[in-house]
Amino acid sequence: MSELRTHIQQLEAEAIHIMREVAAEFKKPVMLYSIGKDSGVLLHLAQKAFAPGRIPFPLLHVDTTWKFKEMYAFREQITAQYDLDLLIHRNPDGVAMGINPFIHGSSKHTDIMKTIGLKQALSKYGFDAAFGGARRDEEKSRAKERVYSFRDRNHRWDPKNQRPELWSIYNGEISDGESIRVFPLSNWTELDIWVYILQENIPMVPLYFAAERPVVERDGVLIMVNDNRMELLPGEEIRHEMVRFRTLGCYPLTGAVRSTATTLEAVVEETLRARTSERQGRVIDVDQAGMEKKKREGYF
Amino acid sequence: MEPKSMSELDALGVLGYLEQHKNKSLLRVLACGSVDDGKSTLIGRLLHDSLQLYDDQLAALRSDQKGVNAEGDLELAMLVDGLQAEREQGITIDVAYRYFSTTARKFILVDSPGHEQYTRNMVTGASHADIAILLIDVRYGVQIQTRRHATICSLLGIRNIAVAVNKMDIVDWSEQRFREIEADVHKLAKRVGITDATVFPVSALKGDNVVTKSDASPWYAGPALLPFLETVQITKSMGELTRFPVQYVNRPNLDYRGFSGTVSSGSLHVGDAVTIYPSLRSSTITGIDTFDGPLTAAIAGDAITVVLQDEVDISRGDWLVPTGQRVTVATNATAELVWFDADELKLGTPYDLKLATSKVPVRVTWVDYRIDVNTGEHHPAVTLEMNDIAVVSLELEQALPMDTYSSHPGTGSFILIDRLTNATVAAGLIRYVGAADVSLDGGGATTRVSAEEIALNKLIREKYPHWQAIDVSVFQGEGI
Repeated sequence: MSELRTHIQQLEAEAIHIMREVAAEFKKPVMLYSIGKDSGVLLHLAQKAFAPGRIPFPLLHVDTTWKFKEMYAFREQITAQYDLDLLIHRNPDGVAMGINPFIHGSSKHTDIMKTIGLKQALSKYGFDAAFGGARRDEEKSRAKERVYSFRDRNHRWDPKNQRPELWSIYNGEISDGESIRVFPLSNWTELDIWVYILQENIPMVPLYFAAERPVVERDGVLIMVNDNRMELLPGEEIRHEMVRFRTLGCYPLTGAVRSTATTLEAVVEETLRARTSERQGRVIDVDQAGMEKKKREGYF
Repeated sequence: MEPKSMSELDALGVLGYLEQHKNKSLLRVLACGSVDDGKSTLIGRLLHDSLQLYDDQLAALRSDQKGVNAEGDLELAMLVDGLQAEREQGITIDVAYRYFSTTARKFILVDSPGHEQYTRNMVTGASHADIAILLIDVRYGVQIQTRRHATICSLLGIRNIAVAVNKMDIVDWSEQRFREIEADVHKLAKRVGITDATVFPVSALKGDNVVTKSDASPWYAGPALLPFLETVQITKSMGELTRFPVQYVNRPNLDYRGFSGTVSSGSLHVGDAVTIYPSLRSSTITGIDTFDGPLTAAIAGDAITVVLQDEVDISRGDWLVPTGQRVTVATNATAELVWFDADELKLGTPYDLKLATSKVPVRVTWVDYRIDVNTGEHHPAVTLEMNDIAVVSLELEQALPMDTYSSHPGTGSFILIDRLTNATVAAGLIRYVGAADVSLDGGGATTRVSAEEIALNKLIREKYPHWQAIDVSVFQGEGI
């Protein structure tokens, strides 16, 4: 590695290298787009990798139908701004069943709308490679995942059967029906993401910035009342508080944090001073072995 | 506890702090040691003492019944051991990556296991590292596995190692014991070809000499481990000559034709005359493009798009090299091969070889010898099993530009892929490019197998099986 380049420059070059490898070697790649900040960085890097051309693959949003309203609005804005081919998939079975995280709980909702929905979409379009914005610093089981993460015909991850990954040589060989999840941001940390967003002026969903929002405190987590599908439990009341989100997902499952950070600089400062890790606000990750189990089943 | 970095944040302001972070250099550190040497504890200690752990991670550890030992010390290893299976077995079984930064540097810590059966993981880890931390238990000193770790590091081109002699508290910080081990380490480093070995007396469990210097070792004049890592200069090089393997042809419209890729070594400049390998055509660089605008030059590691003056036929796998810088294009090579797969190497069977941005069918025609990584001795071998390291002869189905690993690691390294299972079965490091001489350890790249040889070979295989002669009749009529 060159000492003449900063680590951010090296991380950027590495991510671009990975994206070009995938574009060159796979028949039908797709970029998973979650509307969050890591997705935003991924998208920005894809634009850099293929400039002056367009991004040579579509984006896929697996829509659980429970994202924040602000996220849907942002998605439309970005699609136009980056001139993207955007595909949206909702698990039709889940929609028909009326899956509701408030009623059916976080794990059933996540499994049906996210994990199964994702698998349906990947199979439906026959994608053989799917980019994701996951980072190894997010969670312990991610720390061992490869940049090219092999999935069998059932989209399952087998942590005991990962391909060794050496230097910057990636093995993308697969048989029909199998696929690779690709994580170009593997070596980025949360701090790197923020530095890059600031440096590159990457657009972000307004929910990352503090504003007065209607919230209810439930099981110690601040849940934002984003639409009328949220029913209050006895004793609960809606309060208007200055809050923001450190991570974005389905609104019933994503905790807000009290904050006064209304600018990117302030958000970054708050993050730097934070002494609790990023995913803590996510209701779906609370059980210890949760992420590894979900990943084995096909979750990102 | 207030993180060290917070006082800098106060002093620099958020923009100044980010600017400082942005400009840090990157050091990739491999941590190797056996299960009992306390490697995970050392990594946990580095993360803990450099205040990289978040409150909820520490709280989860404290609330875990195994998270605190009898003496009340946090079991920092548990922060590091990732997957369910290894938590249950209490060992680390794969390569894991940790990230932390100090004011001086950003670190990627590559955590690879110490068990012999996981040599492949250590090789994988070493391929991503600039420097290695080698753990030694002070009670046992330099062991066979220490030699193995040093050998693998050296093989993969790592020239700097930091040796942590751990559990010094158990031997009451005996200087004499430390000096004995230090002398053994220097002998070992010299034998395996590591130029820079620095030895540290530490206690990962108690935190002595890991992040800050300890009062327990007044006789030790050197720095603690982390301050050393913050300043160490790396001797490993990407190579002197310029190599630009084309990755992707970017042709968004009829007016633009760019060749995207990452500069593997050296540098490219606008105006450079370049030769394209293997076609040997030539042209001149008229542009080095990026999304952020054109550059006049690019160096190793830069991901760029090159535009040439002439309409030359170039595709993925070709190399652009400044005219006059020599490249060898060949169908034969000799390489060190590290075998990863549970199925043994099949001589003469085609595998896919992936080197830089090329992929071509290749056959391993000969195992020159197997290297015992514990002793460094050479042994005859007819095939390779998982975790074996050997020198082999390769025959490629088409000619490729190649470099030796020691001169240009980026264009001298490859993987082998099984064409049926798609598994990555081996990693390789090129030693010589081109047909080797017909000699005992050269592989006989151009010899045809005659009837006499087959008869003699048959006799030897029947009468002297302990010679482990391969069956050459499979190569009848072919060049081997």
